[in-house]
Amino acid sequence: MDSATSDVRTPLGASADNGLKIVVVGGFGVGKTTLVRSVSEIRPLNTEETMTQAGEAVDDISEVRGKTATTVAFDFGRISLDARNVLYLFGAPGQERFWFLWDRLFSGTLGAVVLVDTRRIDDSWYAIDRLEHHGTPFIVACNDFGGPQHSPAAVRDALDLDPQVPLVSCDARSRESSKQVLIALVEHLQAYYAGQAARPRQEFV
Amino acid sequence: MSRPGRDDAPDRLYTLTGGRSRSGPDSPFDLVTLVVAECEPTPGMQSEHVAILRMTQAPTAVVEIAAELRLPVSITRILLSDLHAAGRVSARHPRKAAVPDPDILEQVLVGLRNL
Repeated sequence: MDSATSDVRTPLGASADNGLKIVVVGGFGVGKTTLVRSVSEIRPLNTEETMTQAGEAVDDISEVRGKTATTVAFDFGRISLDARNVLYLFGAPGQERFWFLWDRLFSGTLGAVVLVDTRRIDDSWYAIDRLEHHGTPFIVACNDFGGPQHSPAAVRDALDLDPQVPLVSCDARSRESSKQVLIALVEHLQAYYAGQAARPRQEFV
Repeated sequence: MSRPGRDDAPDRLYTLTGGRSRSGPDSPFDLVTLVVAECEPTPGMQSEHVAILRMTQAPTAVVEIAAELRLPVSITRILLSDLHAAGRVSARHPRKAAVPDPDILEQVLVGLRNL
């Protein structure tokens, strides 16, 4: 994976002071990096995080070596929104080990896009389940791979998607289409948080 | 089963951070905290610190610094905490809230529509 070197970096303006996060989650080959690249002002960069699970009780010593360290690589791009706000877009794998790092890396994320390949729709189940678990608002975007079109109702049904969660289709190679995905997410966030503020907190009974 | 050797990457990482594998639990550095250099590199400074000070002459996010240094984010956070404690960099932390400020969401939307 190549990464930009110092002489090709595009620096932010001096007044930039508020970093924001949106995460694009999806299975391998679903087009996360393509989507990030389509809208990013920098060539997507790649980095990694390692988590040691020290302190966790392990009953079977043979399991220890495989489980003590979790390394997850992720891509990211950047969009300068205005003089102060900078949006970072993270393309992250949806596999199990990634979610151990969610709180450490992606707390405070505005929201997420679950990118779906309708030919492999089952790959998206786990990501949706985990986002719901973390209370992160999200939308689902089906990346068009030119195969047979599935009706939105069929995709919703297959994903068992909450009716409140927007479902859009996109071409991750297109800047305009990828931009519309992000706009759909932020519009959903506005509605989501406005609705949350209007609703009284649920009590456990 | 491989025996730990001197070429193992973790050893190198421990050397960089003086043996620490994570910054303190109160480390304020988010992935998207923007870091700004407050001084020039000085002779004898650790090379990663020099690289960070050069890189952060313009505001630069923690994750960008990690990618450029090719170091895990956690190690980068330790290096940044040290520089911050010494007053060599300042940090512009994201305005975190349990619920995003509606004004910020509106600004994000406007920025995206202008792309």
